Amino acid sequence: MKLKASKEYLLAIVAVILGLMAGAVLMLVTGNNPVDGFYYLFRGGLMNIERVGNTLATATPLIFTGLSVAFAFKTGLFNIGGAGQMLIGGLCATAVGLTFAWPKPILLAVIVIVSMIGGGLWAALPGWLKARFNVHEVVSTIMMNWIAYWTVFYVVPLYFKGPFLETESQKIPAAASLKTVWMTSLFHGSYINQGIFLAVIFVIVSAFILEKTTLGYELKAVGFNRDAAQAAGISVKRNIILSMTIAGALAGLGGATFYVGYASNMQIGVMPSHGFDGIAVSLLGANSPWGVMGAAIFFGLLHTGKGFMNAMTSIPPEIADTIIATIIYFAAASVLVERNWDRFRRKWTTGRLFKRTQHRIRQGTGGRE
Amino acid sequence: MWNILVQIFPYAVAFTIPLLITALGGLFSERSGVVNIGLEGLMVIGMFTAAIVISKTELNSPGVSILLGLLAALLVSALFAMLHAFACVSLNANQVISGIAINMVAGALTTYLARFITGSGNIQIIHGLGRHKVPALSEIPLLGKLIFTQSYLTTWLVLAILLTASFALYRTRFGLRLRSCGEHPHAADSAGINVYRMRYSAVMISGACAGLGGAIFLVTVSGEFNGTAAGMGFLALAALIFGQWKPFGILGATFFFGFASTIANVSQAVPALAQIPGIFLKTFPYIITLAALVVFSKSSQAPKAAGEPYDKGKR
Repeated sequence: MKLKASKEYLLAIVAVILGLMAGAVLMLVTGNNPVDGFYYLFRGGLMNIERVGNTLATATPLIFTGLSVAFAFKTGLFNIGGAGQMLIGGLCATAVGLTFAWPKPILLAVIVIVSMIGGGLWAALPGWLKARFNVHEVVSTIMMNWIAYWTVFYVVPLYFKGPFLETESQKIPAAASLKTVWMTSLFHGSYINQGIFLAVIFVIVSAFILEKTTLGYELKAVGFNRDAAQAAGISVKRNIILSMTIAGALAGLGGATFYVGYASNMQIGVMPSHGFDGIAVSLLGANSPWGVMGAAIFFGLLHTGKGFMNAMTSIPPEIADTIIATIIYFAAASVLVERNWDRFRRKWTTGRLFKRTQHRIRQGTGGRE
Repeated sequence: MWNILVQIFPYAVAFTIPLLITALGGLFSERSGVVNIGLEGLMVIGMFTAAIVISKTELNSPGVSILLGLLAALLVSALFAMLHAFACVSLNANQVISGIAINMVAGALTTYLARFITGSGNIQIIHGLGRHKVPALSEIPLLGKLIFTQSYLTTWLVLAILLTASFALYRTRFGLRLRSCGEHPHAADSAGINVYRMRYSAVMISGACAGLGGAIFLVTVSGEFNGTAAGMGFLALAALIFGQWKPFGILGATFFFGFASTIANVSQAVPALAQIPGIFLKTFPYIITLAALVVFSKSSQAPKAAGEPYDKGKR
């Protein structure tokens, strides 16, 4: 098990290196110096405390969508509905934030809860369809993404229209924002907010549930082998629905950290990229909660640094998105690496064996020669 | 009511056609056993290529520039689809992840290049495709006004492709082989069919079709490239499922979806349509597809081996 995990991390690192190399080639093709490009890309995400704060703030929703994908994946389900669950979670959070004028702690607690409920229910439906009718969750979550997209598109202007633009909601009041004065001033005016604490808490909670509880054991058992789990008395249907619901709740909370944490209003007509980025995060983090956190911070770094890089060089900021996308492709195509790796190892070990045997033979027959 | 119908019908058709050709592309891919979630990205590639080619050539050679754009989109998207085929067929990669990667690479890469070429992420074309009156047929009562008066040439092209695709799938050796690879690749292999080659060609056809779809969307509806296909690829995917993986089922589904979306788009301008809430019209294709998935869950016509990598050694 340990060995397998380390191999997964190795493959992830190879995918990252290949993705960065593809980015370098792209920079070269468009007449830029990749060394400068990467220097400014990473510097832009790390050069001062504000940038570090922004990196963490950008990583926060990615941690949640990554956890969401990873959690469902443990049960053998592929949640590509992170974007939709995020939108609904964010919509619920925004609605509460704009409607009630409660004291901040209560309001934030309610926001956290409703965003989790919203996202959870949005994913529970695909889970139920999978359990009851064997509808493939990939297809149904794609449909749910677009239903969420159009729901936000029409609900926001109808009920929460901003004062200036038709295409965005009102700004949420400070009491409903996950941003706090002390964090913002500590990080010199960055976007960082309490979402990062929630993210760390949920990384720990997810790791605990998956590793230490009966629930986690059952979810993973269903993921390993559905029939064996059923035979062992674990309800496959119940666990499928449960796993999707938890995954959706995580993504929904991610939506809250994005729309009432990082941002302060909702734009309509935008499908958040975090849903698909979350798949990359999960793949790269080998589907483990801590790995997810590391991968999300790495992507947060790329996203935060791209603007600075664009300002300092003539490289378009989309290089970061291209690198992330290429990393996913190479993660999917990791078989190529794996195959060569195995071949290399076999060659190496057999080569060594061969030499050793040769050596022994020579030693044994040395006297006669 | 009749006047409104005559007014919006050409728009509905214009919206339907790119969906139809893209969904047909998806049909080829899925029928060969490769799930293609990357349709959206392939459309973006098509839009981008067509926009570049048309914007570069339309001043010097206005007559052929749109044709050149469509052809280039078709070729480039087919080549781009090779990436998906390589991952799914040669490397046995997870087809869903590969498709998502295709979508993301397409969106990011084209915007990157567009920004490099034009300075902004958008590429505009000056002239779209013109609408034409079909000579004799537009005189037919009812239908003439609806279909033949304001039609694009691409509409007839895509309908011709639909007929060809249907014929190719059900009446030719190629189609039979292709479908067998999607139903039972091992049986196909033991009958001497090269499953890998069939799947490669099917995925490339799907790339070509989706690219053409993106290009047609550019020259008839949007008029500019801005780095996204606005979910058209996913709508096409829904139409493919709702049409139960059959060419004429897809025709019906895409028209149904295209019509609903058009009503939602123009409902602001046409008072009589404003009573139908837009949210219902826009979410309707996805909801009805979910419903179809449930209804057909027992008798689904989905290709049996779609989504599974073909492994010769397994049985």
